[in-house]
Amino acid sequence: MSALLQVQDLTVNFALRTGDLTALNGVTFALGEGERLGLVGESGAGKSVAGFAIINLIGKPGYIAGGRVLFQGEEISALPEEAIRRIRGHRISMVFQDPMMTLNPVLTIGTQMVETLQAHRNIGQSEAEAIAVDKLRQVHIPSPEKRLHQYPHEFSGGMRQRIIIAIALLNDPQLIIADEPTTALDVTIQAEIMDLFLELCRQTRMGLILITHDLAVVSETTEKIAVMYAGEIVEEGRTEDVVRRPRHPYTQGLIAALPQGDDQRGTRLNQIPGTMPTLTRIPPGCSFHPRCPHAMDVCSERAPGPLPVAYPDGGGGMAACHLYDPNLGDR
Amino acid sequence: MTDRWQRFKKSALFHDFKGDKVAIVSFATLVLLFICAFSAPLIAPYNPYDSANIDIMSSEIPPVWMAGGTNDYLLGTDAQGRDLLSTMIYGMRISIIIGICAVALQAVIGIIIGLIAGYYGGKLDGFFMRLADVQLSFSYLMVAIFVSAVLQAAVGVGRFAEIAVPFLIIVIGLAQWPQYARTVRASVLAEKKKEYVEAARVTGFGAHRIMWRHILPNCMSPILVLSTIQVANAVMSEAALSFLGLGMPVTRPSLGSLINAGFEYIFSGSWWITAFPGVLLVILVLAVNLLGDFLRDALNPKLYKG
Amino acid sequence: MVAFIIRRIVQAFLVMFIISSIGFAIKHNVGDPVWQITGISVSKAERERIREQLGLNDPVYIQYINFLKNAAHGDLGQSYFYKKPAADVILDKAPATLELVLVSSMIIVVLSIPLGVYAAIYPKRIFSRVVMGGSIVGVSIPVFLIAIMGVYLFSVHLGWLPSFGRGATVNVGGWRTGFLTVDGWLHLILPSLSLSSIMLPLFIRLIRSEMMEVLESDYIRYAWAKGLKKYRIWFLHAFKNTLLPVITVGGVQLGITIAFTILTETVFQWQGLGFLFMEAVERSDTALLVAYLMFVGMIMVVVNTVVDIIYGVVNPTVRIAGTK
Repeated sequence: MSALLQVQDLTVNFALRTGDLTALNGVTFALGEGERLGLVGESGAGKSVAGFAIINLIGKPGYIAGGRVLFQGEEISALPEEAIRRIRGHRISMVFQDPMMTLNPVLTIGTQMVETLQAHRNIGQSEAEAIAVDKLRQVHIPSPEKRLHQYPHEFSGGMRQRIIIAIALLNDPQLIIADEPTTALDVTIQAEIMDLFLELCRQTRMGLILITHDLAVVSETTEKIAVMYAGEIVEEGRTEDVVRRPRHPYTQGLIAALPQGDDQRGTRLNQIPGTMPTLTRIPPGCSFHPRCPHAMDVCSERAPGPLPVAYPDGGGGMAACHLYDPNLGDR
Repeated sequence: MTDRWQRFKKSALFHDFKGDKVAIVSFATLVLLFICAFSAPLIAPYNPYDSANIDIMSSEIPPVWMAGGTNDYLLGTDAQGRDLLSTMIYGMRISIIIGICAVALQAVIGIIIGLIAGYYGGKLDGFFMRLADVQLSFSYLMVAIFVSAVLQAAVGVGRFAEIAVPFLIIVIGLAQWPQYARTVRASVLAEKKKEYVEAARVTGFGAHRIMWRHILPNCMSPILVLSTIQVANAVMSEAALSFLGLGMPVTRPSLGSLINAGFEYIFSGSWWITAFPGVLLVILVLAVNLLGDFLRDALNPKLYKG
Repeated sequence: MVAFIIRRIVQAFLVMFIISSIGFAIKHNVGDPVWQITGISVSKAERERIREQLGLNDPVYIQYINFLKNAAHGDLGQSYFYKKPAADVILDKAPATLELVLVSSMIIVVLSIPLGVYAAIYPKRIFSRVVMGGSIVGVSIPVFLIAIMGVYLFSVHLGWLPSFGRGATVNVGGWRTGFLTVDGWLHLILPSLSLSSIMLPLFIRLIRSEMMEVLESDYIRYAWAKGLKKYRIWFLHAFKNTLLPVITVGGVQLGITIAFTILTETVFQWQGLGFLFMEAVERSDTALLVAYLMFVGMIMVVVNTVVDIIYGVVNPTVRIAGTK
């Protein structure tokens, strides 16, 4: 599987009056062609920042302070504005969290679809509309020809998210970055949208980065998981490994906090004590150590690097935790 | 009190203020102007209301640095022979008093209507907001000018001059209440959704108490920002009315009536009678506006636009 | 949409009704029309005859109905100074004010949109800061002071521009216009610039702040993520959304400009409605005051109604739902 996307040591800072804040601290991961990766973490962990940083579209005070992003071997993090523009919405599409806020309220669906095509391809109006109709049909929007002339507010939330997915598909991208695509939707619709994603990924063999706080959603959709905490990736591996045999104490805590279907009613969910630190107050050493049940002295002294972890069937993953440092003696 | 001061010193507002040179300068300017205005009888070289000091022979004397200027009158004299500096200081006092009282009046009316409209909603809300719409669409200045004009026509110029101060306060106050009402109403609607209001209601507090003790304190920052802007507006409105001869009479001039009185004389070269009160007025309004801008940026409340 | 327009028009009539009530109240209570018509040298019996003739002895509600009837036919009473119908006097002076407002509005629109948009797109550039700094100074200088400064500098001191009046005008079908002569345009420069001086900074600030808010929104970020060109994002996606609030507030503000014509026209002795109004105040010409109120009220109501309807046309949410 050749690499579609490689994110290497990506660091994003926010320039504030009081100084720089590090929102993303040396994040590294890779994605193969047609591979689906879940980026999981609590809000504020830096998942969304990572998603936007890939296409160099971080909100205002933020900037890429280090590292690089390779897309199909090309370093896109260093491209000039016009060159990265040609990639956005063309080879890498994004799906945003809240479909009610994502579409421009004063432009018709047709306008917003056609412009996306015409921004990247030299095609006429009618040809563009034909593609738009085709993609709307692909995301199961009924009577798409009529829908083109309607405005966003004439659609329900779930319908709008389908339209946004259709827009993402317009230029047949190699990668879709979906930032919490179902969080703002009703539970029943959430499942439909996730099924749609799966179906489309399988049909078109495009890569997917699914950014979410919901481990359950990720475990049903993606092949790989990267768990983020306080701006860093703390564990990475195949989905079933990470979900069944989490190695990092934070991931273990997350899994334990999931409501299990076979759990007896009335039992308390296990919560990780404490809360994730804000970016201004990241503790020294491992940023998770104040909440970690296995914290050792070394944990407050220096940050653990990414360490390989193995699974019984021979597969491997990564966890950033001193527990897996062979040089530190006993576990 | 000292406790509050300590808390204020630690607040984000004070922190922003310390870092903002424009805000500091405009605040200092305002304090200085206020002190001058309210100690007018102490610092003004002459009393412009005292006819003993007025000598028509010494009219239109230019400022001291110009040919024909005398040390007696630093900024020269106006067309009636009054010391311009003293008249300006007294005039500024009138402008400030009218501005602040008018804003206080519109704040009281606007806050009460805004609270009631926002809290009870329904028909009452619809009525008041339509009323506010209509009045806003007519421009506060137009309303103020028209009302003053009609009153002046009704009671005569002489009688009008006597009641000018309270009248201007009322007319400017009544002309601008919709700004407050809308802002307060919007805040109330936002606050009403929050849990503490629900909690207070469940606890059995009356509507009156919830409105005044719970919701209003949480609407303070938009009110503060709006009040600052409105003081500038009120001072400008008063100046405009006085300039048109519908405000303060020349015998007890505000800055606007001084500018008006001097306007006739700029063609004969006596520019200072208009220019100095004009500059003072601009400095006063600009300082208030800059402070308002700072507050808006620092507190960032949702203001009603209009 | 139709329902929306109808409701707005009904509301406009309601407002006109209120305005006319105020007008009637003023007419009824301020000044004695008999005295204004006849002067002092008329016998008591003669006065009483005129009172009766004018219907001033009728019950108030009859007088009110008559007033409304006449107003609907364009009869707003006699101006006692001009000795002719107040409506005629108003219509005679209206072109001067409307031309002044028109030119000022053009200045405001032409300058405020590019400046406001620029300041929103590049808030940190020096030019934007100069524009914003200038605009706050601009809103702090009263309109009449700008006018006076203009007169002093360009008329008294430099002698470049005329300081008062409309200059040479051409009568086009009863509309006396200053647009057709060079002299007319020269006379327009200072008054129109002064009049726009108060609204221009307000519009720049309004457009800037609305546009900045829009630029921060999710759908603009999404437009970037779609790889659209920046000009399309700024001038279509962002600007179209900026326009909605600017139209509503702007429409009201342009109505407010009429109030400021009173100040501008006073300084420049511009023979328009504002000047006429101040004259009427000095002469206690009640009929003319009331006529002015009705006329200006009508203009503002029409402007506001049109603005609301335009808003409805531009904003798809209103168009479909029919509610605002």
